[in-house]
Amino acid sequence: MTGFLKLLFRNRLAAMGAVILGAILLLVILTPILPLQNPDVTATADRFQRPLSPGHLLGTDHLGRDLLARLLYGTRLSLIVGVAAALIAGIIGSAIGITAGYFGGRLDNIVMRGVDMLMAFPYILLALAIVAALGPGLMNALIAVAAVNIPFFARNIRGITVGLAGREFIDAAKLSGMGHTRIILTELLPNVLPVIIIAMSTTVGWMILETAGLSFLGLGSQPPQADLGSMLGEARSSLITSPYVSLVPGVMIFLIVMSINLLGDGVRDALDPRLRSGALSRPLATTLVSGARRPVPPARDGLLQIADLRTQFHVGSRIYKAVDGVSLSVRPGECLGIIGESGSGKSVTALSLMGLVASPPGIITGGSVWFDGRDMIGAPYEDLRRIRGDRVAYIFQDPLSTLHPLYRIGDQLAEAIQAHHKIGKAEANERALQLLRDVRIPNPESRVRNYPHEMSGGMRQRVGIAMALVNDPAVIIADEPTTALDVTVQAQILMLLEDLRRERGLAIVFITHDFGVVGQLCDRVAVMYAGRIVEEGPTAEVLARPSHPYTKRLIACVPELGQGRREMAAIAGLPPVVSDLPPGCAFAPRCDKASDSCRKGDIALSGSGGRAVRCLFPEEALT
Amino acid sequence: MSALKVTDLSKTFPLAKTLFGKAKNGVRAVRPMSFEVQVGETLGIVGESGCGKSTLARMLVGLLEPSGGTIEIEGKALNNADPRVFGRLIQYVFQDPISSLNPRKTIRQIMDAPLRLLHGLNPAERDARIREIFASVNLREEFLDRYPHEFSGGQAQRIGIARALAADARTIILDEPVSALDVSVQAQVLNLLADLKAKFGLTYLFISHDLAVVEAVSDRVVVLYFGAIVEVGRAESIFKSPRHPYTKLLADSAPVVGRALAAPEQKDTELPDPLNPPPGCAFAGRCPRATDICRSKEPQLTQMGDDQFAACHHPI
Repeated sequence: MTGFLKLLFRNRLAAMGAVILGAILLLVILTPILPLQNPDVTATADRFQRPLSPGHLLGTDHLGRDLLARLLYGTRLSLIVGVAAALIAGIIGSAIGITAGYFGGRLDNIVMRGVDMLMAFPYILLALAIVAALGPGLMNALIAVAAVNIPFFARNIRGITVGLAGREFIDAAKLSGMGHTRIILTELLPNVLPVIIIAMSTTVGWMILETAGLSFLGLGSQPPQADLGSMLGEARSSLITSPYVSLVPGVMIFLIVMSINLLGDGVRDALDPRLRSGALSRPLATTLVSGARRPVPPARDGLLQIADLRTQFHVGSRIYKAVDGVSLSVRPGECLGIIGESGSGKSVTALSLMGLVASPPGIITGGSVWFDGRDMIGAPYEDLRRIRGDRVAYIFQDPLSTLHPLYRIGDQLAEAIQAHHKIGKAEANERALQLLRDVRIPNPESRVRNYPHEMSGGMRQRVGIAMALVNDPAVIIADEPTTALDVTVQAQILMLLEDLRRERGLAIVFITHDFGVVGQLCDRVAVMYAGRIVEEGPTAEVLARPSHPYTKRLIACVPELGQGRREMAAIAGLPPVVSDLPPGCAFAPRCDKASDSCRKGDIALSGSGGRAVRCLFPEEALT
Repeated sequence: MSALKVTDLSKTFPLAKTLFGKAKNGVRAVRPMSFEVQVGETLGIVGESGCGKSTLARMLVGLLEPSGGTIEIEGKALNNADPRVFGRLIQYVFQDPISSLNPRKTIRQIMDAPLRLLHGLNPAERDARIREIFASVNLREEFLDRYPHEFSGGQAQRIGIARALAADARTIILDEPVSALDVSVQAQVLNLLADLKAKFGLTYLFISHDLAVVEAVSDRVVVLYFGAIVEVGRAESIFKSPRHPYTKLLADSAPVVGRALAAPEQKDTELPDPLNPPPGCAFAGRCPRATDICRSKEPQLTQMGDDQFAACHHPI
């Protein structure tokens, strides 16, 4: 709660709105005990007194009534009616929305079509019709304004509910023995409530305006009772001669609606989890590079060399060392595997290479990435852009989210070609077709006209690979490209990557969590744990004779087909959080060989001939 | 005694009528299938995406209305009208551990619901039972007052299992319970499931796309393809000596350390179009052994060997 208030008041405009609204609320609460004149007593002799005249601070209206008293009582009434209308509309609308969204089907259809019909009327016309039917009066105006706003809440809340009702925790609640009413009240409502509050805080201002509108037309509060709308309406006839009579309620309406809207926007921003996490802030075009970084010369030869790369995420006061001193290299035609569990830093390593880590919060704090004799870390954006997708291409896990859903795949491929090469549209299309043939998509002539959603997962990933091949890159970085695919499709995709690498001499950096895939595709493998490489070497050797206790035990965890029913090896405990790493070896708390010396000081990655391990007590001594 | 018996169970999702009122046939997500799970047995169900395994699981726990056939749990027909009845007989562990827990409830509130609603325990009894269950799934009691987002995937899945245990059902459907977890944690959860089964005499229906995991935990395995059972057999033998060509394809496709990379099928192969299913065997289009009879007549599940059944005109 204090966190929410802090967030809310960091927004200056919202704070201003809160202060103004607070002052107005204080005034109207105190109205009955303030020494005010009776707002309804007429004194025609004193009509149209100017503001600041004796006894009448804000002057008097056409019947000689005290404007200050009428203003405060009128504001009080307008606020009460507006808030009451918002509450009524919010409660009824949300109830309709939740019910329709939860049950779905025919009920949803009928209810929502009814709501659509209500929304099709101009709201003021609808309100007028309701008041005309019920007769004028403040209560009826309140009912009209509430009724007009019910569809807004119903639609909003239904949308949220439909998304929630399909979630697994609702199914779980049914299996816990909950009936529909209980699910709606205890499972759905708490999750929908923030949205209801946001919708209410942003609409209450409108409701006040709409009620004032009805009163202005003489359909709301009846004389002599004052509310802001009727005050404006009565002052209309003397607009030219005594403008202050309409100015006084006008300014008040302005202040109230303005402050409520500012505050409402602030509440929405502070409650919205996406805004809170900073996810909507636009990342920079390339990852930030810390000024303290010094280039590190490459230690090994290769086409792409990573030297002591360090990437961190700065979130609040916490620093997550996602990649902490990684050095790797890959030669033309070679496939390098990076294997690790979630949070080990394997994907961040891959994204750091071309400056694709989102900044903020990501920062590259050290190290270099050498490609073609140039350090890519800290390279100008234009240079990076030329190399991304041209010389170094990426393949991601989910092609459905990396392909644009609204363009045909042929057009997307052609666009990627034209972004890097000045060639005509026809030629680009011809090359796109050839690429689809290269990745063995059947009937490429008809497939180029497909949208991504019209293809199966395996076919989409083939398009993803074709996209990476567009400009004949030297290096492909594949981040779990087969994780989302079925095994039979995975085998085809791996085969395709293997063939492409042989035919074109591609260097592949293959990121995965699957030892089976690494064993089949990669020449060399690096095992990552908590942002560091703990072991690397030729794949066959690492798999046959793992040297780091983590590698050995991780391999033992993987069930292999053909071993029958058995107890499986597990590693106790959880991988560490990289914002709070223990000194020494990060695996020590889960390792049964760990001793005191493992828990202090940095342990170096040592070895020779391309085989290295970061451990004081390796399983296999490296020669 | 059978813990779960399914007879001719099927599910067809109706399609909306076209603009000109021509009614379509609907998508047959699960074709009529029958199988039985014995008490204390683990039945593995494998298949690729779109094979109907999740639709089947949701029907078995009463979350989806079957289009035809019957489900019997411990000899009684499943009555999915009242969640309080079937919740005590059969439970479900979800694939995504985090999204199966309500983000706005504490773990204690989540654990409380089945004990209160299914078993009507009073607060003191509930507290004692929760402690007991938490001890059996190796979770610390201090977790009870935290919210779901504070847990890692492995811990959240233990909580999901604890909730299923709280209902005290003897049959549990495990729908890809470890596929969202890292390998080192996956093994922890699988071993926990094996311990719980031995301790409480549970019956499992273990659904997964990972053949190695299914083989490691199951007694018998059912292989699904395009909504139908293509092969049933003992876990030790079904992948070693498959009779159905699809089972063989699955077994050959799984990446294994030390086996050379080879795509077991070279031609373009995709699932048949569910809106326009082919006549005969659904696998015929991908099958190297297919002949004319496969494209015209749907094969029936027939016994081949001691306790292996396959639906194939030309078994291996």
